[in-house]
Amino acid sequence: MKDQQIEERAVTAHTPRITARKVNVHYGTSHALKDVDVDILANTVTAFIGPSGCGKSTFLRCLNRMNDTVASAKVTGEILLDGENIYDPRVDPVRLRAKVGMVFQKPNPFPKSIYDNVAYGPKIHGLTRNKAELDEVVESCLRKAALWNEVKDRLDAPGTGLSGGQQQRLCIARAVATAPEVLLMDEPCSALDPIATAQVEELIDELRSQFSVVIVTHSMQQAARVSQKTAFFHLGNLVEFGKTEDLFTNPKDPRTESYITGRIG
Amino acid sequence: MTDFIAGAAAPKTSILGVSAKMRRRNAAETRFKAYGIFAITLSLSVLALMLWTIFSDGLSAFRQAKMTFPITLTAEVLDPKGNLNRDEMAKITTVGYGKLLAQAFEAELKAKGISTEGVSAKELGALLSKDAPGVLRAEVLANPSMVGTTQNRSILASGRVDGYLKGRVTRETAERDNQISPAMLDLADRLVAAGILSAPFNTRFLTSPDASDQRPEAAGLGVAMIGSAYMMILVALICVPIGVAASIYLEEFAPKNRITDIIEVNISNLAAVPSIVFGILGLAVFINFAELPQSSPIVGALVLSLMTLPTIIIATRAAIRAVPPSIRDAALGIGASKMQTVVHHVLPLAMPGILTGAILGLATALGETAPLLLIGMVAFVDNYPAPPMEGMFDPATALPVQVYSWVTRSDPAFVERSSGAIIVLLGFLFVMNVTAIILRRKFERRW
Repeated sequence: MKDQQIEERAVTAHTPRITARKVNVHYGTSHALKDVDVDILANTVTAFIGPSGCGKSTFLRCLNRMNDTVASAKVTGEILLDGENIYDPRVDPVRLRAKVGMVFQKPNPFPKSIYDNVAYGPKIHGLTRNKAELDEVVESCLRKAALWNEVKDRLDAPGTGLSGGQQQRLCIARAVATAPEVLLMDEPCSALDPIATAQVEELIDELRSQFSVVIVTHSMQQAARVSQKTAFFHLGNLVEFGKTEDLFTNPKDPRTESYITGRIG
Repeated sequence: MTDFIAGAAAPKTSILGVSAKMRRRNAAETRFKAYGIFAITLSLSVLALMLWTIFSDGLSAFRQAKMTFPITLTAEVLDPKGNLNRDEMAKITTVGYGKLLAQAFEAELKAKGISTEGVSAKELGALLSKDAPGVLRAEVLANPSMVGTTQNRSILASGRVDGYLKGRVTRETAERDNQISPAMLDLADRLVAAGILSAPFNTRFLTSPDASDQRPEAAGLGVAMIGSAYMMILVALICVPIGVAASIYLEEFAPKNRITDIIEVNISNLAAVPSIVFGILGLAVFINFAELPQSSPIVGALVLSLMTLPTIIIATRAAIRAVPPSIRDAALGIGASKMQTVVHHVLPLAMPGILTGAILGLATALGETAPLLLIGMVAFVDNYPAPPMEGMFDPATALPVQVYSWVTRSDPAFVERSSGAIIVLLGFLFVMNVTAIILRRKFERRW
């Protein structure tokens, strides 16, 4: 009981990084996301769970405006990043995406060298002034992604030649290299084997010290293992959002209970 | 229920042996394979037959009968006033040079002791090409100090002598021919024996301009090759940037709505428009309206560009579409702008496909004849176009048009020349295709 209270205070001490209020998404005529309110806290891993097509990936893609690339998608509502509305017309999505990095379901390194994969972000955003600084950034990002020791001798090798798990960690290093505040991960382990999954999960836990991480996952065990907060989506609604252990041990909504016990989904 | 599925009454079947149904299935498969092998064999043999015809007819065009003998450039004839003034020397026409050549030829025959039995002096002169005096005159005018000296020269033999050496002209045809007689052919045999007449490699076939119907031995592909090369350069410069830019816009930037749908359908339709229609368009727009010079490579290139552009756009769009969307997501996800995504990631990955499409489009344009006929590139062009860029506005012909115009001429000597021109055209196409393969290999990256 006492432990819980301490934990509670620890969570509330974090300030919200992203605040989403009344977010609605329409794809043409279908209403994909309905009135979603979520707070993403700093230095916290937030997991989105739910059955396929429930809107969790859609919501994730709203957070860095990747939905802009879908012509039929229409987003309404308010998403604040550090108090600024990311859908404000004055916001350049390009700058937003540098602050809100993204890792995708399938590892998608560029068909370039490992070094160039990581260096690409800092280069296009002009984050470094010279080659030495860039080398430093590349090294530190690969260290953060727990990949440095495996690739330090072959930075010129193609990134596509790595194993699946290494490729995904390379993608994480690439996302980290633009110095984001929030890191979005769309089912980052679904294409990986269990060992690679364990490595990536461990990495996510380490990344929490510097970034707030949002992860979409199909695996409830994974959500339970890596996250501090969990949101359950169902049919476009945010059904329940709370501390992970509360949601899994003591769900308030019957739908959540059905899902986590395997009756729906 | 389970009893039904288990099929208690089903007889035990063996997997040994072949049932009638299996036999039918196997037979169908065998038949299908046989059709495929037949189709491939047929197309390969047609290709082999085509190449064999072209090469057996055309290879002889790369050899040309020539007479080698010393020519004394008598000063009294060529430079009567003795002051080597080029303007005054230019008054001596090719008739004068022709006489000089005939004298030199006769003198050589006498010196070598070759009998000219049954061959009149006029017929003797007819063994030499009508083109020879003109060539000699141009040479002397370019270098007047040659006057008064004796030069060893290889002079083109007439088309009939050339045909005799290549087996096209025989004694039977010579009987009926007013340009050659069997006695002249006997003399030709003696000339070959004396080493005067021979058939070395024909560089003039690749460098000379076209020649008239009376001088097939002098006709060459020089102007046509320059014209084709100019047009290919222009078509590449016009089509590749426009085609790639249009494809990128349509694939990556354009909204998907009714207007872009219409544009898309029309690009596909343009690719299917008969090429002669583009020729009519070129005639109306570029020559009659824009008043660009007719027969010029620039007009030809513009017409061929119109024709090639849809092909290049379709190929480029397919190549861009083949780039996995995950690469675009990756680049956009770390904050690359749309343009950076396209330039840094999509284009390099689409490059092999774009280059292959562009080169195949250019190859089609290279072989195109019909639209060029309409804009006047079939004209007889005797002068080389100037070097680029002004040469793009000079009259020229193109390789396929040259083939066409030679095929329509009456003298049988043009048969081998048109086949030879096809060989040169195939050589151009071969080089372009090899380039496409090499570029593809070079730019291809493993995923």
